[in-house]
Amino acid sequence: MTTVFTQERLGALNAMYARCIDNDQLEQWPDFFTEQCLYLITNADNHAAGMQAGMVYADTRAMLQDRVLAMRDANVYEDQRYRHIVGAPLVLEQDATLAVVETPFLVARIMRDGGTEVFATGRYLDRVVHEEDAALKFAERVVVCDSSNIDTLLVIPL
Amino acid sequence: MEMKLNDMRDSKRTWEPGLTRVPYWIYRDAGVYRNEQQRIFQGPTWNYLCLEAEIAEPGDYRTTFAGDTPVIVVRDEEGELQAFENRCAHRGALIALKDSGKAEDFTCVYHAWRYDLQGNLKGVAFEQGVNGKGGMPPDFCKEQHGPRKLRTATVGGLVFGSFDEDVPSIEEYLGDTIVEKIERVLSKPVEVLGRFKQTIPNNWKLYMENVKDSYHASLLHVFFTTFNLNRLSQKGGVIISETGAHHVSWSKVDHKPQSNSAYSAEKLRSDKEGYTLADPSMLDGVDEFGDGVTLQILSVFPGFVLAQIQNTLAIRQILPAGIDKTVLNWTYLGFTDDTPELRRMRLKQLNLTGSAGFISMEDGAVGGFVQRGIAGTDEELAILEMGGASIETQDNRTTEASVRGFWNAYRGYMEI
Repeated sequence: MTTVFTQERLGALNAMYARCIDNDQLEQWPDFFTEQCLYLITNADNHAAGMQAGMVYADTRAMLQDRVLAMRDANVYEDQRYRHIVGAPLVLEQDATLAVVETPFLVARIMRDGGTEVFATGRYLDRVVHEEDAALKFAERVVVCDSSNIDTLLVIPL
Repeated sequence: MEMKLNDMRDSKRTWEPGLTRVPYWIYRDAGVYRNEQQRIFQGPTWNYLCLEAEIAEPGDYRTTFAGDTPVIVVRDEEGELQAFENRCAHRGALIALKDSGKAEDFTCVYHAWRYDLQGNLKGVAFEQGVNGKGGMPPDFCKEQHGPRKLRTATVGGLVFGSFDEDVPSIEEYLGDTIVEKIERVLSKPVEVLGRFKQTIPNNWKLYMENVKDSYHASLLHVFFTTFNLNRLSQKGGVIISETGAHHVSWSKVDHKPQSNSAYSAEKLRSDKEGYTLADPSMLDGVDEFGDGVTLQILSVFPGFVLAQIQNTLAIRQILPAGIDKTVLNWTYLGFTDDTPELRRMRLKQLNLTGSAGFISMEDGAVGGFVQRGIAGTDEELAILEMGGASIETQDNRTTEASVRGFWNAYRGYMEI
């Protein structure tokens, strides 16, 4: 069986996703998601306990656009950047239209004063679909942080 | 010479009576931090420990803190709430090593000293020695040793603990109005929707002041203002308990068009025209408490916050973790009888709060801005004169009255 969800394509999807955030092209970030979607940032303890709340909870692409808009024009924070290191995507299940994928990540945060620290590690639990133009999109990206702690604040998406 | 330097340093650390000036050394001093642990967190105050719902069954426990002191809170065999230091009487090791669990008793991993659910020392491994050798002296009395116990009390399903035997009852400590406002929100069985921890780079008092500062909300938090969730020109006010220790800041959204003139006249950064959400469903809510109050921020001295922002319900436990480090433990709540629609509203509105909250993320950073800003100060003072000098309940929020209330209570406990 040929599949559209090849390791190569999923790897490229994650590489583009990380590059979009780390290169501060966040206006394009919502385009990685389907119009109706789920983007949730939670932690391993909550996820294991089946608790639904997140630090960020978006169920439409428009809500992701609002995140970016607020980050650009409303919220106050010191200059900071991320560097994502994304591991190999592991396909757990797939059919012709959907793949369930788990991918580990590490995000370093670089602050205004030059301080660079590991900000978050965890795994992306994804449901990846391919749309008619054959582009892969996230119908769901649940960001499960290993630690329950956030240093100071979380403004740039993971 | 060294004595003289010390004397000089000490001589600057004075604080005139009154509540409109706060010396910056109060946020930077190791001696102050130590005194706070004794006089406030271990003194005649009530520390929030957990929710009753989190330890519903006998044997259910959680580990938490009172100030920086580790504490176990557990429901015993009789269903009573017990709390005691999470510190073995033998060598001081932590007794319980998990965030939560179920136990019949607690055994320290180091030398297997065992405690019952009331915190009484019940077993000392090899107390009689082995083969007649070693062991504890015959006059060692287990009843005389054990972790310090806390009194416990509940209000609205919140569990509080106090190390002080003479602390006033929780009802007396809070006062009728604060109890009523807690019960307004926590009126029925709750369910935990998530727990998140946030570590912020500043003294704990800067965070508590920020919580009680109704003046900053619509100035620092643009998101709030822009969507008419909270403008100081809306109907609202602050309620301050008798000594100033506790407070409630509340407001009602008026859906009628509002005059922007107060904000535009000040040319404030938070006044942005034409800022609209691509998906406004995040703000969909219902008046679930039936009184039209869309925001109620309630604080209990020294380190507890219950916040209702529309349909988001969140508890914050504020824990000092060093002079310039504070831990916030967030617990997000719903009710067990939530409809799926209401639950979904809560999950979406929770974007407003927490470490990534549209209207609260700044609070994680602003205390650090102060902590770094006051580096190198000694005699300099913060100004708290907005709205005068009183700590009285008032029907506007352009005031620092509840922040002054914090300092009134603080100075009382600290005798400073």
